[in-house]
Amino acid sequence: MIGLPHFLMLAGVLFSIAVAGIFLNRKNVIVLLMCIELMLLAVNFNFIAFSRWLGDIHGQVFVFFILTVAAAESAIGLAILVVLFREKKSINVENLDTMRG
Amino acid sequence: MLTTILFYVFATVLVGSAIGVVLARNPVHAALFLVLAFFESAALWLMLEAEFLGIVLVLVYVGAVMVLFLFVIMMLDINISQMRSGLTRYAPLGGLVAAVMVGEIFYVVWMRHLGINLALEAPPMSVPGSNTHALGAVLYTDYMLPFQLAAVVLLIAIVAAIALTMRRRTGHKMQDVSAQVAVRREDRLRIVKVDSEKYQ
Repeated sequence: MIGLPHFLMLAGVLFSIAVAGIFLNRKNVIVLLMCIELMLLAVNFNFIAFSRWLGDIHGQVFVFFILTVAAAESAIGLAILVVLFREKKSINVENLDTMRG
Repeated sequence: MLTTILFYVFATVLVGSAIGVVLARNPVHAALFLVLAFFESAALWLMLEAEFLGIVLVLVYVGAVMVLFLFVIMMLDINISQMRSGLTRYAPLGGLVAAVMVGEIFYVVWMRHLGINLALEAPPMSVPGSNTHALGAVLYTDYMLPFQLAAVVLLIAIVAAIALTMRRRTGHKMQDVSAQVAVRREDRLRIVKVDSEKYQ
């Protein structure tokens, strides 16, 4: 029988993989953006699973808004990436040290 | 029984494709793995009776966002071999953080039970009718203002993305429409008095 904990564990594993991906891919900004998308997907899983088990539609409304904001975020992120590549001819994270952070 | 099998199939493919996103050598392969992950998630959301969001995930993410990703990846000419050289340096740290997070979530969800019976099957949705209908009934009444704000956020994203990537090239021949429209007669037309010559 598939219960709520199964979905919560799946979302947790997905989120952890995405966090590990951010640690691993220190060279490529595009893969970092994809890992952020995976994280948002994991969060959405939690919302939908709880919405199902608590019988409350409002969780799905939140997922709707998260999807909207995530689409806007990835569009702006990719636009910044294109400008960055034009300036630096590279999308390596280690080259982005202009601000000495 | 069939639900259980389907859940484990979808979940296995989902986790496998997520690992593929993280470990793929080529960013195009990573993007395609992410498309697979979104498809599997949509299937699982359908199992959770969130039909509208499952379809929206496929339409918006696979149809729009991932195409944008692939577009950008193929537009930027990335050197793949040099991209992966630092992979192993942070691998132990990343693996450790991921393992700790999975352990914590496992502890919270399975040991503490969240006050929920593990064998409990999901109760039927309290809202009758289709999922899309129920979502729309809430979205256009209680969430009217956030819904409009979401539209504004999307508009801002469009304007910001275009403003960021637009550039003026020097030596690029193109029409300047506003200059064409704003032109006055005096700028273009010159009336010259020419004395008529006498015929001899």
